[in-house]
Amino acid sequence: MLNSNVPPGELSTKWTEYRSKMNLVAPGNKRRLEVIVVGTGLAGASAAATLGELGYNVKCFCFHDSPRRAHSIAAQGGINAAKNYQNDGDSIYRLFYDTIKGGDYRSRESNVHRLAEVSTEIIDQCVAQGVPFAREYGGLLANRSFGGVQVSRTFYARGQTGQQLLLGAYQSLSRQIANGNVKMYNRHEMLDLVKVDGKARGIITRNLLTGEIDRHAAHCVVMATGGYGNVYYLSTNAMGSNVSAGWRAVRRGALMANPCYVQIHPTCIPVSGEYQSKLTLMSESLRNDGRVWVPKSIEDAKAIQEGKKTGLDIAEEDRDYYLERRYPAFGNLVPRDVASRAAKVACDEGKGVSKTGLAVYLDFAAAIQRYGKSEALTQGIDNPSASAILKLGEDVVRKKYGNLFQMYEKITGENPYKMPMKIFPAVHYTMGGIWVDYNLETNVPGLFALGEANFSDHGANRLGASALMQGLADGYFVIPYTIGQFLSKEIRTPNISPDSAEFEQAEQDVRDRLAKLKAINGNQSVESFHRKLGKIIWEYCGMSRSEAGLNKAIGLVRDLRKEFYSDVYIPGELDEYNPELEKATRVADFLEMGEIMIVDALNRNESCGGHFREEYTSEEGEAKRNDADYTYVAAWEWDDDGNHKMHREDLEFKNVELKTRSYK
Amino acid sequence: MKLKLQVWRQKNKNAKGSLKLYNVEADEHMSFLEMLDVLNEQLISDKSDPIAFDHDCREGICGSCSLVIDGRPHGPQQGTTTCQLHMRHYKDGDTITIEPYRAKAFPIVKDLVTQRTAYDKIIQAGGYVSVNTGQAVDGNAIPIEGGIAAKAFDAATCIGCGACAAACPNGSAMLFTSAKIAHLSLLPQGQIEHKSRVRKMVAQMDKEGFGMCSNVGACEVDCPKEISTDNIARLNREYLSASLGAED
Repeated sequence: MLNSNVPPGELSTKWTEYRSKMNLVAPGNKRRLEVIVVGTGLAGASAAATLGELGYNVKCFCFHDSPRRAHSIAAQGGINAAKNYQNDGDSIYRLFYDTIKGGDYRSRESNVHRLAEVSTEIIDQCVAQGVPFAREYGGLLANRSFGGVQVSRTFYARGQTGQQLLLGAYQSLSRQIANGNVKMYNRHEMLDLVKVDGKARGIITRNLLTGEIDRHAAHCVVMATGGYGNVYYLSTNAMGSNVSAGWRAVRRGALMANPCYVQIHPTCIPVSGEYQSKLTLMSESLRNDGRVWVPKSIEDAKAIQEGKKTGLDIAEEDRDYYLERRYPAFGNLVPRDVASRAAKVACDEGKGVSKTGLAVYLDFAAAIQRYGKSEALTQGIDNPSASAILKLGEDVVRKKYGNLFQMYEKITGENPYKMPMKIFPAVHYTMGGIWVDYNLETNVPGLFALGEANFSDHGANRLGASALMQGLADGYFVIPYTIGQFLSKEIRTPNISPDSAEFEQAEQDVRDRLAKLKAINGNQSVESFHRKLGKIIWEYCGMSRSEAGLNKAIGLVRDLRKEFYSDVYIPGELDEYNPELEKATRVADFLEMGEIMIVDALNRNESCGGHFREEYTSEEGEAKRNDADYTYVAAWEWDDDGNHKMHREDLEFKNVELKTRSYK
Repeated sequence: MKLKLQVWRQKNKNAKGSLKLYNVEADEHMSFLEMLDVLNEQLISDKSDPIAFDHDCREGICGSCSLVIDGRPHGPQQGTTTCQLHMRHYKDGDTITIEPYRAKAFPIVKDLVTQRTAYDKIIQAGGYVSVNTGQAVDGNAIPIEGGIAAKAFDAATCIGCGACAAACPNGSAMLFTSAKIAHLSLLPQGQIEHKSRVRKMVAQMDKEGFGMCSNVGACEVDCPKEISTDNIARLNREYLSASLGAED
């Protein structure tokens, strides 16, 4: 049984009490202590900057050419905070409760409450850094609503909130680099974790420009390396997003928790062909005004698929607005997992609306009419013509979603003001990740995991605008305190030498692994293996899973891994800039990560959040949890022979009552 | 569609590079980078060296992708990064020339990949507000007029891709630097350090080897985020007043 090290006390005062009684490290000692931070997204950049400000000696690593490129930059919608600026009844408890419920009661109460508590400080900090949040006429901060909640608590900077928050953290990090508290290593990839006497004491990196393998030692290691969504090959993640740092830690004894919890986002631009390299998200905010539908009849859908009809040819009464029909209470704004599954059901019935049959409509025609009429009224236009209403309505929609509509048109070549958008679900975020305790420390002492890389706060489904909140909470306001719990015991430890046998061995392991990959010299590209892996995991461990399918998938993944190690071809040399080699090490790790996801999905005989097992559904086809047997975190230890061992952390709910999520 | 590509190949920083001709079959729905993926798959299956190019998010926000396409950074479409450029803008039989960014401060790593660390150095010189975590006042304590916030936002949308310096005949980084200066000095939070910031960032820009601005305006035309040269005017005003004023 895993010990989450949650401190005693009332939920609402636990963090404050714990924080005020924590062990501290004196300023003089901080200067001596070295910390490695891997990753420069919201969690990594904010952690490195803050630890630098505190006076720790920080070394920070990213594989990009600049820390500002981390994929947090692409987040669109916003960041939640329980500020209650709108006076609409928000509170820390309500944000806590919404997040627990949204996560389908599979997250740790104490961590989620702490997240809700520090959410308010995040907004203050970002404003102070100069993040240009949206503002009201009076100059005060604006808010909007996101799915799954009944208050307006989402702060935003147009459709580029992630970019602006990341630049804020990047600039703070830059200040610490300039004053020498943080040493930055760009284009360096972590290829292994080094443990000395059981504690995390360093990493092995590859300089991506030169191919040099380096040892880096420190008193502890912080990983903020993002999620594993790219196991699926096609996802909304960036091309370079990978699980390797985390997976290498797992291979050195860390545990991968709840890997089957993956968020499939309902509104993405559908796949257009076999060459497709990634998928693009259309913000959740579009579901405020867009109506999701497919044709009622398969004949109409067929005609659309064959290009004989378009969405405009289908009469109103022949359309099935299936979200409004199935979930009248929430309609088009049901949470992401529910909306995604409903789209799959429609397409499985043969009602998809693209050439591939894998798309549904997101239609703004009704919204354009509604806004057009209301705008005409506001402007005092009597008996406006149909074309005037259309124009006025389109202008309103353009103001609200202009950049998203433009992006859609750039990618698809279709005008979404005239033709309904085509959308389909795509892999977006991974709730699972490295197991951490209350201090964000893994089961390996001195190894910490932050942001999407850990498993801790979102349970089985993440609510919109909560990823940015968690990344910055972990980096700015949690790790700077909790790292002291470990480092206060290390003040007598001299600087860690990178010359020990452990470092030598780890470096040799990395060199051997790279040489082995290069020596295969087969005939298939790395990309082709990644694509095949993605198809297997998407088919059997994607939007819905079954025992038979998962059992089949394990065999397929193992066979593919074998094929990879006998037939992959990596051009170029080890000691030069070699993007194909970088991909190969990442895909090799995805090939193992994929297996552990399947194993976890097989173990969890229930449906919850993003994990939907076909055998466990209600009579209406909704997800059916099994609280009696599965109210726990499954944290996996990898075994090369396939006997992966599960460690359990039982989840206790003392402050909320476990209920069935209903959106009917 | 069948295309001919003239692609800059250069083994490493010190090697001599040249344009090489490739044939590729593309689909109109592909993005420009997916078209290059297809070519690379071909090259790999022939066991030859694939073309190296920087890319990551492929949705126009991370600033990784670069490329000079037929003489223009990020290609012919206005307000569009290379990764968002789609092949439907080309036709069967077209020849496309693809080169790396050419600016003294962006040395070539390999083929189409350049090192843009110089931009990080400019930010490190002063492109921030000096506030430690935990020192902030309440977010609503300092109201900011919506129009000012929007203007600051427009400047802050810069993705640091380097197109401005690559487009500039002088290889100047003025648009990039001025966007950060404008973003921060427009906001009350950034006012306190505005004089020292502009002095330090401009000095760093010169130190990195970027050229002078001679108001050509090519940077604004090729900026994928359509950042305005008004920001350069603001930088010049800030710089002048910081130089004339007392030390702070």
